[in-house]
Amino acid sequence: MINAADVFKVFAPHRGNAIVTRAGTAGRHWPDFSTNDRRDLTLGGALGHTVSAAFGVALGLPQERVVLFDSEGALLMNLGILATIADKCPRNFYHILLDNRCYATTGGQPVPNAKNIDFAGLAKAAGYPATYSFDDLAPLASQMGTILAQPGPVFVAIRVVPEVENAPIGQRQRRPVRSRAESIRILQQELGITAN
Amino acid sequence: MSEHQQAAVLRPETLVDEFKKNGVTHVLTIPDSETNYLYELLKRQDWLDIVPTAREGETFGIALGLFIAGKLPVVLIQNTGMLESGDALRGMALDSGFPLVFVVGYRGWTRHGVTPDSVARYTEPFLNAFRINYYLVEQNSDGPRISAAFEEARATKRPVCVLIGDEYHGFNR
Repeated sequence: MINAADVFKVFAPHRGNAIVTRAGTAGRHWPDFSTNDRRDLTLGGALGHTVSAAFGVALGLPQERVVLFDSEGALLMNLGILATIADKCPRNFYHILLDNRCYATTGGQPVPNAKNIDFAGLAKAAGYPATYSFDDLAPLASQMGTILAQPGPVFVAIRVVPEVENAPIGQRQRRPVRSRAESIRILQQELGITAN
Repeated sequence: MSEHQQAAVLRPETLVDEFKKNGVTHVLTIPDSETNYLYELLKRQDWLDIVPTAREGETFGIALGLFIAGKLPVVLIQNTGMLESGDALRGMALDSGFPLVFVVGYRGWTRHGVTPDSVARYTEPFLNAFRINYYLVEQNSDGPRISAAFEEARATKRPVCVLIGDEYHGFNR
């Protein structure tokens, strides 16, 4: 298993100009490694639809690389999106799944059939042309550059250590993040997009 | 068919013309049995990108992403799928504050009395619960209501619904 923070550490040098967005608790480490927060996009969530929105960004901006750090709980709520993405086959979309096998924000209850799901296999069967699975950091670190250099859509499933939150929600430490509206405004400004 | 009779049916070309007039770039959809001809017609428009989806909730998230990218998407689903999409409509569209027109096939709609189809009974109460405005389109002469929906969406930066209440003259003709 891999610490989620190490995934971002390994990813950061290969980011280039990519637009980066994230879902789930494991994604909270990304701001520690991002060096271009104007291209970090906060999309919010709606029972697993961050991936839908990230895919929409990729579809609308084919000249930009879009990297999504997804979570297995979110993806399970919206598995059909794998087929939707594969159908349009966006060459600029990189779908990285941080699989901690549980709902970490609600106390660590296991996701259904947590230990037996092959997420890369699901993505492959849905039609993603390139899929990967990693349980150890060393092979992930050595292949990250190659993975991100190939055309998408690419799916990468990574087993990460759960970081379970059990404190009452009101007592949890939250780092300040840009609101979704602010994040969208800054990204559109960065890309020269006039709001429609 | 007389001019009056023409105006009294809803042809898919009416929707396509309204989409083009309003600058739509993408249609996010799950086709249903009543919209197949519309789907076929949409696919023939070289200015339009059709995005088939696996579940209606996806359409609202994809629409948000396309909006961020500077595109103008439209969602095309049935009222059954709209009910399924409740949280996506809330989290992706309403809470993001962007103009979105979503076109909903009003299955079960009738102006002749009580409908036996429960989804028709819940359609307008659902939209009212979300405080989403809607325009009913039943025939060609209602076409300008689609433009009105676009104008309202742009002005309010909120989703606006177009209900397609075409009862007998479905798109399969």
